[in-house]
Amino acid sequence: MRNTFINTLCELAEVNKDIFLVCGDLGYSVLEPFANRFPDRFLNAGIAEQNMTAVAAGLALEGYNVFTYSIGNFPTLRCLEQIRYDVAYHQANVKIIAVAAGYAYGPLGVSHHTTEDIAALRAIPGMIIGSPADPTEAQMMAHFMSNHQGPGYVRLNKVGEPVLYGNEHQPVIKPGRFSPIRTGSKTLVLSTGSITHSILKELESQNRNWALWSAPFIGNYDRNMLLELCQMYPDIVTVEEHQSNGGFGSSVVEAINDLYATRQLSTMPRVRRIAIPNKFIGTSGSQEYLRMQAGLSLATL
Amino acid sequence: MKDVAAFANNIRCRSLELCNLKRTSHIGGALSVADILAVLYCSILDVDPEQPELQNRDRLYFSKGHACVALYAALELKGFFRDHDLSASFAEDGTYFTSHVNHNLPGIELSTGSLGHALGVACGCALALKRKGLTNSVFVILSDGELDEGSNWEAILFAAHHKLDNLTIVIDYNKMQSFGTVSAVMSLDPLADKFRAFNWDVTEVDGHSIDELQSQLSTYKVEQTGRPKCVIAHTTKGKGVSFMENNLLWHYRSPSDADLVTAYSELMANNA
Repeated sequence: MRNTFINTLCELAEVNKDIFLVCGDLGYSVLEPFANRFPDRFLNAGIAEQNMTAVAAGLALEGYNVFTYSIGNFPTLRCLEQIRYDVAYHQANVKIIAVAAGYAYGPLGVSHHTTEDIAALRAIPGMIIGSPADPTEAQMMAHFMSNHQGPGYVRLNKVGEPVLYGNEHQPVIKPGRFSPIRTGSKTLVLSTGSITHSILKELESQNRNWALWSAPFIGNYDRNMLLELCQMYPDIVTVEEHQSNGGFGSSVVEAINDLYATRQLSTMPRVRRIAIPNKFIGTSGSQEYLRMQAGLSLATL
Repeated sequence: MKDVAAFANNIRCRSLELCNLKRTSHIGGALSVADILAVLYCSILDVDPEQPELQNRDRLYFSKGHACVALYAALELKGFFRDHDLSASFAEDGTYFTSHVNHNLPGIELSTGSLGHALGVACGCALALKRKGLTNSVFVILSDGELDEGSNWEAILFAAHHKLDNLTIVIDYNKMQSFGTVSAVMSLDPLADKFRAFNWDVTEVDGHSIDELQSQLSTYKVEQTGRPKCVIAHTTKGKGVSFMENNLLWHYRSPSDADLVTAYSELMANNA
């Protein structure tokens, strides 16, 4: 989905002459097509993410539609205050693209595990958070973000994600909306990011008649959609490749609770959260291995 | 020249008045930067108070946002606040006249207050102007203490690498930061050598000499050397008010009514 996203951005940049890509000295063998086609709208800011983000804000304030690109924690946590103050407070048109969400760089160790980014960025006002599950969602996310004026964040996996949507079935890529993957009864699984495919496989292999919806966007959920889903499904399971504290599941629980607390929803569904249990996993391991170590499977329910 | 000195004196008086009025801090750093702001607004910056967001304008990024009263005073004198009442609005509930500078006000490029932010944004701005073929200049006023921030040094590397010769920074080197002298907290010397080693053009001036500031800034504004420019302005914290000069207390204390009277009389005497 990383290549899909960047290739889509390349196509969009042919038409939209304001699109500007800034990388933090990462993206070897990925960003070259953009850099070669649009040298005037490409910049390698070096290994200096605070400055990369500040420069992106400066470019955006002068009218560019800026995308920053790096791995996981570097364009996010490393420069969180630049994101908060230079970008978000000034409503600068900067979109942060982080590759290797969750454990996508598993064997590289905790430095490269992107497992607190949702919590950190979700707290920033005006930040739209995208978390595509497959290349189709990633492609549509690139379209959405290039049209979106203002701060945004997209957490991408890496490569090789299977496609979740058939030819007749397009994802719903709208902020605040979930995107249906398959229907089912009583239990609804809401999953975000590339782990969604693993969850689909689990549901299929266990012959569970549960619905599965993807969450390409995290936070600021559409009220009517949530009410409908809560009325339809008394049992909800959230799945994310991120720490439990402050993550996607948290955002769902908060939103549903607020509907209940304001009496817009009469009965609270049961919400179980599958997320990393707020711990670092320091051992080496593939993405699959680390997901299992963290309990990111329906089997843990 | 006399007009510029008078402008600077007005910045000082207004800054003192505002800090007294709303019991705010940071008068020392406002007094040290007054001459720099006066020179920039009187004779260097191409800005139009009637069209503060005109694309063909020079940009001033005020990184030492805590010294906001000096910038607010300069903008008021320059006519940017004709639709505002600075005295009534400064640090008042519900206004954008926060006591760190605020981009929601006319003439202010960037909200600052967290140190080490503006230079990076200014680099992005300077790069954007170059790539868009605009010939306007970008100025940044930095404090000395904020050079402790690593983000500034990322930007200092960046500006030289990208040959941002449309970027000039002025360091208000008043030698004092929050908890003591710069030399005691985190020494910067030899500061000019550091910038030279980073491939910047550097000049040291008396930051209270209108003449030196004017001559250096106007030279740097037009020179196309392929290098970013740094003016190290040697200044005195609390400049112009004897009991505030080089006294850390005035990083925090706001002037009382009695302080204000004494300060005004000294400034008027200086200006005579």
